[in-house]
Formats: sequence, structure tokens, C-alpha cells
Amino acid sequence: MKPRHKRLLLVVVALALLGLGATFVLKAFRSNLVFFYTPTEVFAGQVPQGQAFRIGGMVLEDSLKRKDDGVTVRFAVTDSIENVPVQFTGILPDLFQEGKGVVAQGRMDPQGVFVADQVLAKHDENYMPPEAAEALERARKIKMESE
Amino acid sequence: MIPEVGHFAVILALCVALAQAFFSLVGATRGYVNWMAVSRPAAYLLFFLTTFGFCCLVISFLTNDFSVLNVASNSNSQLPWPYRLAASWGSHEGSLLLWVLMLSGWMAAVARFSKGVPNDMLSLILGVMALVAIGFYSFLLLTSNPFDRLLPPAMDGRDLNPLLQDPGMVIHPPMLYMGYVGFSVVFAFAIAALISGRLDTTWARWSRPWTTIAWAFLTIGIALGSWWAYYELGWGGWWFWDPVENASFMPWLCGTALMHSLLVTEKRGSFKVWTVLLAIITFSLSLLGTFLVRSGVLTSVHAFATDPERGVFILGFLVFVVGASLVLFAWRAPKVGLGGRFDLVSRESALLANNVLLVVAAASVLLGTLYPLFLDALGLGKISVGPPYFDAVFIPIMAPAMFLMGIGPISRWKKSSVPDLALKLKWAFVVSIVSSLLLPFTMGTWSLLVSFGLLMAVWIALAGIVNLWTRLKQMSRGEGRTFWNSVASLPNSYYGMLCAHWGVAVFIVGVTLVNGYEVEKDVKMSLGNTVTIGNYTIRLDALKDLEGPNYTGVEGSMAILVDGKEVDRMFPQKRLYTVQQMAMTEAAIDTGFTRDLYISLGEPLSDGSWVVRVYLKPYVDWIWGGAFLMALGGILAVSDRRYRKASQPENGTEGVTASS
Repeated sequence: MKPRHKRLLLVVVALALLGLGATFVLKAFRSNLVFFYTPTEVFAGQVPQGQAFRIGGMVLEDSLKRKDDGVTVRFAVTDSIENVPVQFTGILPDLFQEGKGVVAQGRMDPQGVFVADQVLAKHDENYMPPEAAEALERARKIKMESE
Repeated sequence: MIPEVGHFAVILALCVALAQAFFSLVGATRGYVNWMAVSRPAAYLLFFLTTFGFCCLVISFLTNDFSVLNVASNSNSQLPWPYRLAASWGSHEGSLLLWVLMLSGWMAAVARFSKGVPNDMLSLILGVMALVAIGFYSFLLLTSNPFDRLLPPAMDGRDLNPLLQDPGMVIHPPMLYMGYVGFSVVFAFAIAALISGRLDTTWARWSRPWTTIAWAFLTIGIALGSWWAYYELGWGGWWFWDPVENASFMPWLCGTALMHSLLVTEKRGSFKVWTVLLAIITFSLSLLGTFLVRSGVLTSVHAFATDPERGVFILGFLVFVVGASLVLFAWRAPKVGLGGRFDLVSRESALLANNVLLVVAAASVLLGTLYPLFLDALGLGKISVGPPYFDAVFIPIMAPAMFLMGIGPISRWKKSSVPDLALKLKWAFVVSIVSSLLLPFTMGTWSLLVSFGLLMAVWIALAGIVNLWTRLKQMSRGEGRTFWNSVASLPNSYYGMLCAHWGVAVFIVGVTLVNGYEVEKDVKMSLGNTVTIGNYTIRLDALKDLEGPNYTGVEGSMAILVDGKEVDRMFPQKRLYTVQQMAMTEAAIDTGFTRDLYISLGEPLSDGSWVVRVYLKPYVDWIWGGAFLMALGGILAVSDRRYRKASQPENGTEGVTASS
């Protein structure tokens, strides 16, 4: 092979690999997107079946119950219109509180309970998790339209 | 009085930067020697004024001057003094002042340590840096003045975010910023080269040490942040693919690519255009990181303020810098000639592949970080991209790069032969395959992912040893040197490369083993209860109340038993910081060479027991050890003799160059 051809080959191989890489990255990207839903949307059955997603809102007052093992908790997330029951096994974040904003990631089980594998609360006392704020905002709009 | 003096010093600094940018850039392009002479003293003056301003802020914090808004919002009279010091860069305003302090420091360093660089080139470089400085000084003064007064003064401050009250947080931001801002130097070198049209191997040699040292700082900064997350957030994770982490990781990936491509540009004159483009991209990603973290686009512990004005300013500045550099690049780059030719199998090819892989990795992180923000900004819904995406993408992209890391440094420039490489590396290859298949059994169960990770690590480590051995053998045979004489005569940059590559191997061992064999247990514990994890039995002996300087809390006393005998005691805490009423989990960690034992107190239950989380994390400290070795490698490489006489021509070190 002439040097020029070799160089061309190198460029072609590099481009092919780059294309392959890009395809693969985009595929991984698409299959790992986690969408966000408000409790109202969950209640309306708009959520994907068997796929992980996020919900956000406020932790309903007096909804926190603990099972006998001490590490499994149940609480409800509300956007002031609908409540979604959530079950979580593990340790809740330090800033998790009833009546405060929360975001949970997980799946719906057949009984209509959201089984969370991750619960996020805000980072300090000033801020609300953006998804929780979004859920309340969407609920407020729905209420205003219905009035 | 002191804050006003500091404020005034920073305003003066902006004026100096304006003058410096004008005189340096115009002087250099028109060839006015007198004008160019301004740039060096101006850099020193800028550094002096900014340091002065910064000290004024530090004094306000140390003396609890609560008539300064910044101090009142981020400090408290009960706060121990090291944290009052750290609080001066713990806020948005203070951290920007730190940013410009670093920038002026790098400018002064360039002015001081670039004796070999011709005057007009140095003027251009400092002029470009002064332009960047103008942007950030105006941002500081117009939108985020750290010296603003609070009238009437507060009785006491609102305290520093408890998450930031930690020794790691005292040094993490300065290190990270040294890295971020350090990339402005190579950016300025690249822009100066494009303006002057002098893009040659000497240019690459000037830029290399600056890039490497900035990269080393960034490495340490990221590692410290990860270490902090591990012990301070209380839940034992060391990397979350959080957008804020990604913001620092993207410049790191591109900076790594840049270091390697600068090597080719210096040694072979190739990749010139690519190197310049990488320099621009790396610094742009640093700016993007600043934008993401500082604009409040991301709500996290880093986003202090959700102030749209600030976000718009940085975004505008970012667009200006990236746009102007790319236009300049498009205009001037075609005039840059091609470099030396090289064969398909050669060190150039290996480094090219390394560059492509690192940039693809950075691009995939960028996609995962920005796409959710775009959707949100356009009102198309909220999504999140979590660790599964990054994990799925990262391992396959980095695996070939790890494989090449063994081959690249041992192959020859220009043309290398496959049989020769195979001959040199066959034992390293066989041993790494066999050991990676067998080693997982010593840890318990065998898994493919663990085996694969170990294969990469052992391969990199052994290939480094083979490389060193071959080189020493060549030297003692070819030049008749003794073994120790050969060891001593190899350049520091070569050892730096080995050290950094071994650091990668150590890092991979840590990541692989902690992912493969970590044990986590969440249990409910009352006094006297035990939990068993690995060989260890942990018993909760006592709970006592805790009284800190600015917090109250509970401390558990845990006995660690091995075969029924007590070997250690650990004291996890739950704190409540009184000013902000914020609960914090202080994990107790028993650090070891081969494992960490990690205990944190979860929540108290109504019957007086606690939910407790215990982890056994094998080899987790190797993650940060590896990062430290990488940074050490960078520092070794910069300490190389040849950089200290950079003005002299190439002194025969061809062939013993480092790829770090």
C-alpha cells in the first residue's frame, strides 16, 4: 500500500469507529432516559409500564409508616390533587420530612404502589428539588383551569 | 473600611486588565516594543491587587464582620476559624473572587516562568488571558460583589452550609479552580499561536508543562471532591454522575486528550490543528463547567444562587469566548501545515486513537449532562439521565483506551512493527489474562466484570514494567551504563508517564473491586444488637449526646469484633447544626489498605433504636490513591530538566519522551 492509501485507510477506520461509538452511545442514552411524572399523571395512568421513572411532590403529612424491620418505609407523595403511595427500603435522606419536597425514582408495582430505589430530598433548607416544584406548579395550573 | 478597600482593589484590577489587554494585544500585533513591555509588570500588578482584595475578604470573614452581606450569609461567630477561612470561598461571590485570584496567579506565573518565549508571543498570551480576566472581573463586580454591605448589620451570621464544614472542602475548591483556570494558559497559548501564525513544535513545548500542571491540579480537585462525597454525604458513594461532577470531569477528559496530543505536536509536529482545537475545547468546557455550577441551572449544593442575571452573563461570555475562538480557528487553522507522516502502526496512531476515545467519552458525558437541561429550558418536559447511562457508555469507550495505554508508550514514533510489539508484550499479555481470570477467586466469587476490570489494570501495570525494563536494558547494553546509572539518567517526564499510567491501573483496581465486592446492610439496631458484615461483627454499645461548637447530636459507640474479640471502636454521629437546623450524617470510617469499614447512623426510631447502615468496601481507597498517582505523575513530568532550559533547542531526548 502507498502511504497515501494507508492514511486514507486510517481515516476511514477512525470514522467508522467514531460512527459505531456514536450509534452505541445514542442507543444507551435512549434506553436509560428516566422521565418525570407528577402524581396526577401517575393517577391518570400516563406512566410507562415496567420502566423506571421519577415522581416528585410533597411528602403527605402523617403518611410516613415504618414496617417492623425498621428499614422499609411507606409514605405518600402529593401534588395537592392526587397522592401516590411510595414504598422504599433503606435510609431516607437527612432532609426528608413530611410536608417537604421530595423526588423518588423507581417503578410501579401491580398493586399501584410506587416502589422507589432512590429517594432524593433537597440539599439545604432554602431549595426545593426542581421536580417537586414542577409537580406542584403543574397541579396549580390544572386547578386554575378547572375553576 | 476593609471591605471597601478590597472592593476598590478589585475595581483597580479590572482597570489594569483592560489596559493590559489593550496594550499587549495591539502592541504585539503592531510590533510596538514599548507597549508590549507593559504586559509583564501588568500581570504582576493584577495578581497583587487581586490577592490584596482577596485578603480583605478573608479578614472580614475571620473577624466576623457581619455588616458584610457575604459574611452574614455564609459564616457565624460559632464557626471554627478554619471554616471561616474556607467560607470566604464557600459562597458564590467568594468563589468567583477565588476564580479571578487563580487567573491572575496563573498570569503572573506565565509572566515569571516564560523566559524563553519571545516578547511578542508572551504579550499575545497575556493579552488573551487579560481578555478572559476582563470577563470575569466584570462578572464579579457587576453581578456578584463579595464586598456588598448589609445595613443594618446582622447580629450573627446564617452559618456556612454544614455540608461544606469539612477539611476536604477547605482545599477542594482551590485545587479544582487551579485546574479549571489553569487551562486558560494553554487556551491563551493556542489563541496567540493562531493570531501570530507561529504554530510549531516550540509552541507545543512551551504549552506542555502548563497543561500538565493544570491537569494535575484538576485531577486532585476532582479526587478531593469525590472523597468528600464519600465520607461527608454519609452514604458511601464516591461518584454519582451528578451534573456538577460531570462539569469538572469533561474538562478533565479533554485536558487528558490535550496533554497527549501536545506530546505528538512537540515530538513529531503532527496534530497541530487538532491540538489547538482541543485547547479551545478544554477551556470552553471549563467555562461551561463554571456556567453550569454558578448559574443556578443545576440545583445542588454548588448552586448557591438562582439568579438569572448571573446565568445570562456567564452564558453570554461563554458564547463569546467559544464563538470568537472558533471563528479565529476556522480563519487561521487552514494555514497551519501538516506535520510529519506516520504509519498505521505507530505511537502517533495509538495517541490519535486515545484522543478520539477520550473526546468521544467527553462528548457522551456532555450529552448526558446537557440534554436534560435543554429539554427543561425549552419546556419539553423533565427527564433525568442517571448512572446507568454513563456506566453503559463509559466502560466500552474506555476499555480500548486502557488497552492502548499498554501499547502506545512502547511503540515507536512514525513506524512500529506488530511482530516486534507482540514479542515485547507477549508475557505481559499472557500474565495479565491468567491473573485476571484467577484473581477474582481470591476475593470470593468470580464475575466477568471484575475479571475484565482486573485484566485492564494488570495489563497497564505490566506493560509499564516491560516498558521500563526494555528501556533500561537498551541503555545498559547500548551505552554501557550500569543499571543504577540508567535508572538515574532516565528523564523525570518518563517516570511521570509511568507513574500516571500506574495510577490509572490502581484506580481501576479500586473501582472494579468496590463495585464487585461491596457489601451493604441497612439494619435496625438497639443497644447491644449486633450486625455481621464480612469477617466483622459490629455491636452497638452506647449512644450518647453530643455537644459541638455549632451543632448538637448523637454519637453511637460501636465495637468491632473479629472472632468474638474486640479489635476496634467506631463512633458514627448524627449532627443537627443549630443555626440552619440541618441534620448531617457523620459516618465513621475505618480506613484500611484492602478495605474500608463504613458505619453511618440513619434515623432514630420511636422505640429508641436506630436504623444503621454498614458497608464493607474492599479497596475503595485505591480509587483516590490512583488519582493521586496520576497527579503525581503530572508533577514529575513538569519537573523534567528540559523545561527549565526551555529556550534551548531539543537536547537529544527524542525517544525517551513521556506520553503523560
